Parts: sequence; C-alpha cells; structure tokens
Amino acid sequence: MDKVMRLTTERGVVLFSKSSCCLCYAVKILFQELGVTPTIHEIDQDPEGREMERALMRLGCKAPVPAVFIGGKLVGSTNEVMSLHLGGGLIPLLRPYQAFC
Amino acid sequence: MDFPSTQFVPSRIMGTYQPIHQIGMWGENFKSIGNPSISASVIVEVDNKLENESETASHEMPAPSCKHDQEASKPFDKIQRRLAQNREAARKSRLRKKAYVQQLESSRLKLMQLEKELEQAREQGLYIGGGLEAGHLGFSGAVSPGIAVFEMEYKHWMQVQNRQLGELRTALNAQISDIELRIVVENGMSHYFELFRMKSTVAKADVFYVMSGTWKTSAERFFSWIGGFRPSELLKVLLAQLDPLTDQQIFEVCNLKQSCQQAEDALSQGMEKLQETVSATLAAGQLGQGTYFPQVAMAMEKLEALVCFVNQADHLRQETLQQMSHILTTRQAARGLLALGEYIQRLQDLSTLWATHPREPA
Repeated sequence: MDKVMRLTTERGVVLFSKSSCCLCYAVKILFQELGVTPTIHEIDQDPEGREMERALMRLGCKAPVPAVFIGGKLVGSTNEVMSLHLGGGLIPLLRPYQAFC
Repeated sequence: MDFPSTQFVPSRIMGTYQPIHQIGMWGENFKSIGNPSISASVIVEVDNKLENESETASHEMPAPSCKHDQEASKPFDKIQRRLAQNREAARKSRLRKKAYVQQLESSRLKLMQLEKELEQAREQGLYIGGGLEAGHLGFSGAVSPGIAVFEMEYKHWMQVQNRQLGELRTALNAQISDIELRIVVENGMSHYFELFRMKSTVAKADVFYVMSGTWKTSAERFFSWIGGFRPSELLKVLLAQLDPLTDQQIFEVCNLKQSCQQAEDALSQGMEKLQETVSATLAAGQLGQGTYFPQVAMAMEKLEALVCFVNQADHLRQETLQQMSHILTTRQAARGLLALGEYIQRLQDLSTLWATHPREPA
C-alpha cells in the first residue's frame, strides 16, 4: 500500500499505533524514556486505517500495531522491540534520533 | 575436529538403530559446523532418525547446545541418554495430562448434575449445607480444564525444578566438564521456558488466574508484577551471587538491568492505561439506572489486551534469562540458576512459615 510504504520510509522512528491500544502506549513510553520522539500514525483515526492494517500485516507484523520502523526498516512489534532493547541493539539504532532535553 | 564414525556407535545401540552410515553422516556434519547451536539441532535430527520415532517428542525439550570438545565421545553417550530420558519424560507427561483431563471432564459432568439436583432440592424448600450460594463456586462450566491442567502441570514442574536444583548443586561440586555442565544449564533454562509456555496457554483460558498468582505461594505473590517476578529484581538478587565478574561482564549486566527497568516501566504504564480504559468504559453512562450490559461487554473487549501484557511480561523474563546466559560463563550461569532457584525456595518456605506461625487470637 502506497501510503504505508511512504510513511515507513520517513526519516527517523515511525510508530504505527491505535489510540485505544495500551500496548502501543507502552511502546510510546519506552521511546520517551530513551529520549526519542517517534512519528506516530494512529491508524484507527485514519480513514484508510483498515487498508493500512492489512498492509502492515503483509509487511510481516503479526499484530498490525504497534509496528516500529527505524530509518525505513521494519523493527517489528512489542516483542522485537523489547528483545532488541534487552540485547543492547535498540539504543545504537536510536542514537541518531535521540534528543535529551 | 575428528570424529571417526565407527567409534561413535556403542554396540548396544547397533541392534535397534539404523545403520552406521547415518552416524557417519552426522559425524561429517559435526566436523564442518562451527556453530554450537546448529550442531545441537543436528544431534536431535539424527536422534529422531535413529529412534525411528514418528512422534516429535524432542520439541518439548529442546536439545542442549554443546561446545566443541576434543574428547566428546564420553559426553556423547551421556547426551544421548539425557535426550532419551527427556523424550521419555515428555511422553509420560503427555499421557498423564491426557488421563487427567479425561478424569476432569467426567468429574465436571458429575458436578453439574449434582448442582442441578441441589438447586431442585432448594426450590423444594430443603436447606442443604451452608455457603453454597448458587453459581458462586462457579461449578457450572466455569472450572476451566485449562486451569486444572495447569495446576497439575505446575506441581510437576516444581518437582522437576527441585530435582534440577539438586543436580546443579552436585554438578557444581563435582569435577565435570564444561560440556556436561552446559547440558545441566540448558536443561534449567529450558525448564523456565516451559513454564512460560504453560502460562501463555492458561492465560488464554483465564488471564485473571495468571494475574492473581493463586498457583504460587503467598510470599511469591507479594512480589508479583504482571503475573510473575520483576526481571530487574531478580537481576539484583543474582548480581550479588555471581562474584567475581569481569569488568566487561559487570558493564553488560548493568546495561541489561537498566534496559529491563526501562521495559518494565513502559509495560507498567501501559497496564495503568489499561486499568483507566477499562474503568472508564465500565463507568460510562449513568451509574444507578440498572441497565448496563453494553458497558460490561465493551469493557470485556478492552480486557483482552491483558493477555498481551502477561505475554509481554513473560517474554521480558525469558529474554532476561537468555541475555544473562550469553553474558555469563557456563559455571557462572549454573551458579546463577542455582541461586535463583534457591531464592524462590526461600520465598516458598517463608510462605509456609508465615502460614503456620502462631498468631494472637482475634
């Protein structure tokens, strides 16, 4: 889907979320703690939301949200983000985009 | 590494297993593979062929990874025996589970019948027993077989856990090779992963059951965080037990602890948000009018997310264990597992002591 592809290639950290999803909220909090402000797309508030959901699942996300892209590459859902973080691999990916006030 | 294939097959195996050329094949594979974890799965593959079993029993007890070793022929024997034991244990466990579920189902039907008779007797004005409020015990269909099976499996899990702790203690005191110690460590790790799988299954049946921690002792429940221990708390306990660590190891463990804490914070805040959401949904509209099914139905939908949180929390626990096993040496990992296991035993003993110590009469 064009819209999703375009959005994922945006620079920086992109998070596809739903405003009602509490697990998405947890991921947002994690990024906040790590000093990153992701570009958030709430697909439940998007008129093309259903299409976007399907597109995300086709890209390999088992649950459509949360879906995290960093620098245009799919990192994955909560599982992958947590594993990456505990393994020490998340912060290096985020470094270019970190901004601690 | 050189593995002359003929030396590998003890004669007692010859009678029941496939011809040697397959072992030769395995020996060739083992020679060329540098990655320990790949060679472990090769062992499992050949083992299945050897045993000629159609049952994929080994998936329940993943094969331990072994490091390359010049004199691997003795531990090979032990590895084979250990794998066979594991398979046997898994098979027996499945049979036990099947028998138990069948027994449960028939008991459940009997109970439903009894409750019906009770209700009929009550309606006829006969008072029977006290405290048996209709439906409160929830026997009519609400004794989830999933929970009953989990409780049985958990009891067995604890028995195996205690046995493994004994093995760890013995292994650490004896002069065993790193390969053999690695097997004991991998068994311990797999055992925890098995628990997470069990919890995931029962969480689908009743997530509140997992959250309440009724299957654990009271002192363990005191420390409960989303259905289990906080990984960062366990790391604190472990750190003190693992001296001496290299500077590099200390650095890595501290990073792990910090990442854990950040992940835990995120999940905790997500849980708070879930509570707020469920509460708001439930309280929507006017309270006091007496009709509220839509709110309850919607709240139930929101609650589904709780299963995801429980799974995420267990995933965090599993990842923490994995990462620690990468950072530590085999010996340190063995000591760590033993320390963890004994810490939990102390908590359980605390619960027992607390339950039995004399108190002031009310």
